[in-house]
Amino acid sequence: MKYIDAEQVSKRMGGRIVKNNLLKALFFLATLFGLIVLVVLIYRVVADSVGWIDWDFITGRLSTSAERAGIMGAILGTVWMMAVVAPVTLLLGIGTAIYLELYAKKGKLQAIIQTNISNLAGVPSIVYGILGLTIFVRAMDMGNIILAGGLTLSLLILPIVIVAAQEAIRSVPQYLSEASYGMGATKWQTIKNIILPAALPGILTGAILALSRAIGETAPLTVIGIPALIIPFPEGIFDKFTALPMQIYYWTLDSSLVAEYASLAAATIVVLLILLFVLNSAAIFIRNKFQQRF
Amino acid sequence: MSLLTVKENIRMENNVNTDTNTMNHKVVFDTKELNLWYSETHALKDINLAINENEVTAIIGPSGCGKSTYLKTLNRMVELVPGVRTTGEITYKGKSILDKSFQVEDLRTKVGMVFQKANPFPKSIYDNIAYGPRIHGIRNKKILDEIVEKSLRGAYIWDEVKDRLKENAYGLSGGQQQRLCIARTLAIEPDVILMDEPTSALDPKSTLKIEDLVQELKKEYSIIIVTHNMQQAARISDRTAFFLNGEVVELDVTDTIFTNPTDKRTEDYISGRFG
Repeated sequence: MKYIDAEQVSKRMGGRIVKNNLLKALFFLATLFGLIVLVVLIYRVVADSVGWIDWDFITGRLSTSAERAGIMGAILGTVWMMAVVAPVTLLLGIGTAIYLELYAKKGKLQAIIQTNISNLAGVPSIVYGILGLTIFVRAMDMGNIILAGGLTLSLLILPIVIVAAQEAIRSVPQYLSEASYGMGATKWQTIKNIILPAALPGILTGAILALSRAIGETAPLTVIGIPALIIPFPEGIFDKFTALPMQIYYWTLDSSLVAEYASLAAATIVVLLILLFVLNSAAIFIRNKFQQRF
Repeated sequence: MSLLTVKENIRMENNVNTDTNTMNHKVVFDTKELNLWYSETHALKDINLAINENEVTAIIGPSGCGKSTYLKTLNRMVELVPGVRTTGEITYKGKSILDKSFQVEDLRTKVGMVFQKANPFPKSIYDNIAYGPRIHGIRNKKILDEIVEKSLRGAYIWDEVKDRLKENAYGLSGGQQQRLCIARTLAIEPDVILMDEPTSALDPKSTLKIEDLVQELKKEYSIIIVTHNMQQAARISDRTAFFLNGEVVELDVTDTIFTNPTDKRTEDYISGRFG
């Protein structure tokens, strides 16, 4: 006697196939939903910004007059702030990841630190803003300068960079470091010559994605107190500043007073989106170009 | 006869054995009462073993018998595993190596290792070979060139790769990669080469090449090879040690082990009754 009844199987076949196709359609709809929202969003923004993005807008100074307003100051503020965030997070992030992955003894303490880093990655960004306000702006008396904003955003994305770097380091095969140790290399020589080169594409990809998150952050900057209108361009990390997302925030806020501000906000969003697109493309390029196969 | 006297007799016999062996040969690694634990697992039990210079010593035994662990103790690679503890003593040319004062980097420069799976670096063939000399501080391009050529010739792979030294080592075949790894080990000019099942992932032809190479290398190096393949041990080694459940059952001249072993368990293993 056979356990599987061929007749029963063929009778149920139709139902199984319908179910299969139904679920495929469901998953496709789920994807479609996100895509449609994205397209509508981008369409609205781009449609609003038409006619507002020109050379004068990009290179001009901020102004209360919508016709004359430009965002070079905000672009420079964002760029200067990233000049703080990038080195700080890369140095601290890679250093921490190397310590946790390669030096720290695997034990309770390490597990506690690990869990906390993962939790910190999920803390709302406004909380980091409060922290930055307390430490950098007030306790260290920096005021609301680029350095304070940059350090605040560094704290915000540091957990993300650490976790990404840890994963990149962990993905370097053990047999490569064994080969190096087996020839009498010290730990540092092995890290410098074998582990870091192999992990670097992963680390940089993670870091660039984290940076693009920092570029778009508004909440922490509102907390540390960025002025709504600042006319001179920032010339260094000790200057007061505004940044692209802050400008979007203020113009949107005031669009009930001056209707044209909505268009300015849309135009700034487009500039910010282009900047993010360039950064993410760089991340993909680095990943593909420098990925070592092993 | 009490158990104690039996034990005593065996120990004396062992000592006699070692003594006769050491008459003609210098001992390179002498292991005394070595015990090793992975956390709670007792992986090596009271190992006493003398390994001769300029010979090929094969270590055979079933999976999990501790043969690889023992090999990795000889260059202290075993310390990379968290939770490892050892007691007892291993001397390398008379110097105690398990002592923390013995610089492990120093030991590994004299005792090179070839791994089970060929593990070239994702670098060029040249940079793979030059890696060892470079970490030991050699910067001179001309000297590095010479070391690279000498090492590749030593591993009989020079003719196959001399025109593509700048190419990535991952373009080589599996057997070539393993010989490249042997060449890379030769480049640090060690005295001893440890081989951990170096042919287990290779086809018969590449295996034969490595076995021939081992015969050449033993003129200049002491070689200790762990192998799953008993025919291989019989073909290439001068002496063979049989490990079982973390203990050394027997160490003798390879011919004796394979034709007339002292211990019943060795005979059973070799005749394929288990393992």
